[in-house]
Amino acid sequence: MRPVVRFLSDGLVERIVEEAREVLCKLGVQIYNVNILTRLADYGAHVDTEKMHTLLTDEIIDMALSTVPRSFKLYNILGHETHNFSGYNVYFTPGSAALYILDSKTKKTRKPKTDDYIMYAKLISRLENIASQSTAFIPEDVHEKISDSYRLYLSLLFCEKPIITGAFTAGAFAIMKDLQLAIRGTRQELAAKPLTIFSCCPTSPIKWSDVTSQNVVDCARYSIPVEFVSMPLSGFMAPVTLVGTLVQHTAETLSGIVISQLTNPGTPVLYGGSPAIFDVRYETTPMGAVETQMLDCAFNEIGKYIGIPTQGYISLSDAKQLDSQAGLESSMGATLAALSGINNISGPGMLDFENCQSFEKLVLDNEICGMALRMIEGIEPKEDFPSVPHLEELIKEKHLLISNHTRRHFKKEFYIPGPTIDRASRKRWQEEGSVTLWERAHREVEKHVREYTPSRIPDTTKKDLTKLMEIEARRYGMNRLPQISP
Amino acid sequence: MDTVHNISVSLQSGDYERVSAFTKQALEKNIPPKEILDRGLISGMNIVGEKYKTHEIFLPDVLLAAKAMYAGMDILKPLFIEEGIPTMSTVVIGSVQGDLHDIGKNLVGIMLKGAGFEVIDLGNNVAPEKFIETAKTHHASVIAMSALLTTTMPVMKRVVELLRRERLKGKIKTIIGGAPVTEAFAREIGADAYGYDSAHAVDAVKRLVGRT
Repeated sequence: MRPVVRFLSDGLVERIVEEAREVLCKLGVQIYNVNILTRLADYGAHVDTEKMHTLLTDEIIDMALSTVPRSFKLYNILGHETHNFSGYNVYFTPGSAALYILDSKTKKTRKPKTDDYIMYAKLISRLENIASQSTAFIPEDVHEKISDSYRLYLSLLFCEKPIITGAFTAGAFAIMKDLQLAIRGTRQELAAKPLTIFSCCPTSPIKWSDVTSQNVVDCARYSIPVEFVSMPLSGFMAPVTLVGTLVQHTAETLSGIVISQLTNPGTPVLYGGSPAIFDVRYETTPMGAVETQMLDCAFNEIGKYIGIPTQGYISLSDAKQLDSQAGLESSMGATLAALSGINNISGPGMLDFENCQSFEKLVLDNEICGMALRMIEGIEPKEDFPSVPHLEELIKEKHLLISNHTRRHFKKEFYIPGPTIDRASRKRWQEEGSVTLWERAHREVEKHVREYTPSRIPDTTKKDLTKLMEIEARRYGMNRLPQISP
Repeated sequence: MDTVHNISVSLQSGDYERVSAFTKQALEKNIPPKEILDRGLISGMNIVGEKYKTHEIFLPDVLLAAKAMYAGMDILKPLFIEEGIPTMSTVVIGSVQGDLHDIGKNLVGIMLKGAGFEVIDLGNNVAPEKFIETAKTHHASVIAMSALLTTTMPVMKRVVELLRRERLKGKIKTIIGGAPVTEAFAREIGADAYGYDSAHAVDAVKRLVGRT
């Protein structure tokens, strides 16, 4: 039995969805995009182009919900299936778009550069419990107008895992789509085997900027999957109660689904989000707060009720270092997310309110993810019955360490973590240098990067990607891309 | 690959049937038993030990290799006795008097056997005099004692004192272990070594008998 945790009753889920629909039909949604508003008007929505506002109708919402896929798959750069977003399947992906990284040597935050991103991509390629890359942080050594596409370019070059990404401008979509076409070859093949998911974020309360709404439209045209990341802030930019926040989150996410499905019915989407409570002492948005994590699990239940695979920003921490707080917030989030069945769990590696990525934390979080993934496999009998022969063998042999039953099952029944997780006796730990968590994680980072094997995409494709990126960089006055170390 | 190397490789994968077959084959080729032991069985077991320490393999793999080691030793031992060649050192092992816990002790015993030692397991609740008597009878090099209770730890001290009284201290070495036992306690009572886990205990016993 797969263990599942739930926070909302069926009745409460239904009521939240009803209320959210009423909000969209009576209060409406602001969309700063005339083309989208015009299309909505064509479908019978009341549109005020002066105020960039529309009142949706139940018919429009129902139409969108009738075409949105109940599941979809994601493929790696080589075209092999890696994700099946359906049911309670769970995958982890690093938190994305941090402005800073935690420097491994100084343990201080700094802006990352190209070399840092390459190191990240190499590391992710080796972390077995993290199923996809995200464009996790923003290299500062390129023009800001290409900082989104450049991350994608480096990810495509150095790691085979599919990528959770996003565009910072409407104009960046073109190159980000072209880079993907360079991998897949044709538009049809890209639609058949998507390799990225674009994060598209409405603005609370219930607004879509020109850029993000256009990203939703552009992705839909190419059947590129989108995850809607609504970010209501309880008590500040959303009602203080968790239920009130969920109503707003539902309304914002449904409006995104409408934009996507009206553009291209059947475009795959993830019902996602990054809601948070508002900390009224520090004026911050704690991602590790228990209520934030409850919101994530709860909107996932709403997404499942509507019938759409889900995503959530959970399993990350607000701590500034790789300390106990980082461990407790990340592991509580990963555990709850996995038990709730959030299909795409975003967060590993992230510290400081989604502002700072840490390689060492990625290594620790990889273990947390491994434990969470083991946990949701649940407790199942494995040749356990009848039990008498096993216990007879134990009494006779005095141990079962080399019994056939043990040898067949121990590697699957136990999740055996890497050396980052300390399970040695105190004496052995001391003999091995009393190595701290940070040092153990750092050694693993170095080992993974050292043992990295290059992506298997053909060299010709790599050259094509570089050519495309160079052309894009030149558009913004960069005649040369940063040197890439081997 | 030569036959002795095959013994080592088969032992590392825990294939005791192949170890047995290759050992017989090596003897048929007139390879000296001591060479089969050193270059085949012990060399294979050393590799297994190293891999275990670095978590490349796990305890069940080690114990399976140990079982393969016994399979080879069962064939070689009568030849050593016949030719008067001294076999591996003998270790007398047991949980001390008053202590009925023997899981850790059993594990150390299996690992010692796997490393090629002759192991005499006295079980649990073993009186100090019994350790000494058995060690003397079997010309043991080492007495290995285990305790899980703080209340039974003083028995270890008693064994060391008895050895001293009988002027055997130094001839018969002692190693102690168990959850409440520490290196400091080992020093305090005059034990020669302390093992915090089975692999560490085997290394320590090897050092005690000069087999490193």
